[in-house]
Amino acid sequence: MSPFLFWIFALLTLIFGAAVVINRNPVASALSLVVSFLGLAALFMSLNAYFIGIIQVLVYAGAVMVLFLFIIMLLDLRAEKGRQINWLASAGGLAVALILLGQIFSVVRHFTIAHNAFPPLPGSTIDDVRNIGAALFGNYNLPFQIVGVLVLVATIGVVLLSKREPR
Amino acid sequence: MITLGDYLIVSGILFVIGFAGVMLRRNLIIILMSLELMLNAANLSLVAFSRFRVGPTGLPDYNAQVFVFFIITVAAAEVAVGLAILVALYRTRQTTDVNDISSLKF
Repeated sequence: MSPFLFWIFALLTLIFGAAVVINRNPVASALSLVVSFLGLAALFMSLNAYFIGIIQVLVYAGAVMVLFLFIIMLLDLRAEKGRQINWLASAGGLAVALILLGQIFSVVRHFTIAHNAFPPLPGSTIDDVRNIGAALFGNYNLPFQIVGVLVLVATIGVVLLSKREPR
Repeated sequence: MITLGDYLIVSGILFVIGFAGVMLRRNLIIILMSLELMLNAANLSLVAFSRFRVGPTGLPDYNAQVFVFFIITVAAAEVAVGLAILVALYRTRQTTDVNDISSLKF
């Protein structure tokens, strides 16, 4: 992928990711998150991870965000009124985040292997769905089954949690 | 030329944005969205490492991509449970603001 496209999609992801945090209106936040996930899916595709990019669009930008928007509209959440902000706590949170950012930058700068180019792939096309499937159903078969049980438990839990108790 | 370091920087900035959202915002639904951003930042660096570490066959390391697949599955389950808890909370308290939910606060 050309550097130009990489930076376009990286900026798209980061700007709309920041918009999720900055927007006061929950619906605007959720829609910004969709755009951010689409940019991230493009970055996955640029790394030749086509399957991951596609399930990113299907699961996150599709299913999860529909769930978020559905709940926002079900609860009828409005934009937050100007509550008084605890400036000390906000400054503390921002300071911790900025320190973490500085740490990440310094670690990546000193990680010299990361400044090499990505190694070339054998052909122009790779069967990544087949390879992930082989790993998933071969080496990772037991974790796969356990995740299936986890999703079943989550489904039952959600049904129980959202059931109205008889009064 | 785009290197692994560029992807790691983008992933780090995305993680920090999500972290700042969890620290700064008081609306529970925004906090859940910020958690999703942090999980996705981790996914981006996993996929970048997978592409960087080609095996003897010249293909990317698919173990990392299987791991990302598991993270996406578990995150979807987590969002469903989190939003169900949010709905149950809203029914009893009529609020999604974490400042109003402080019964367990020391």
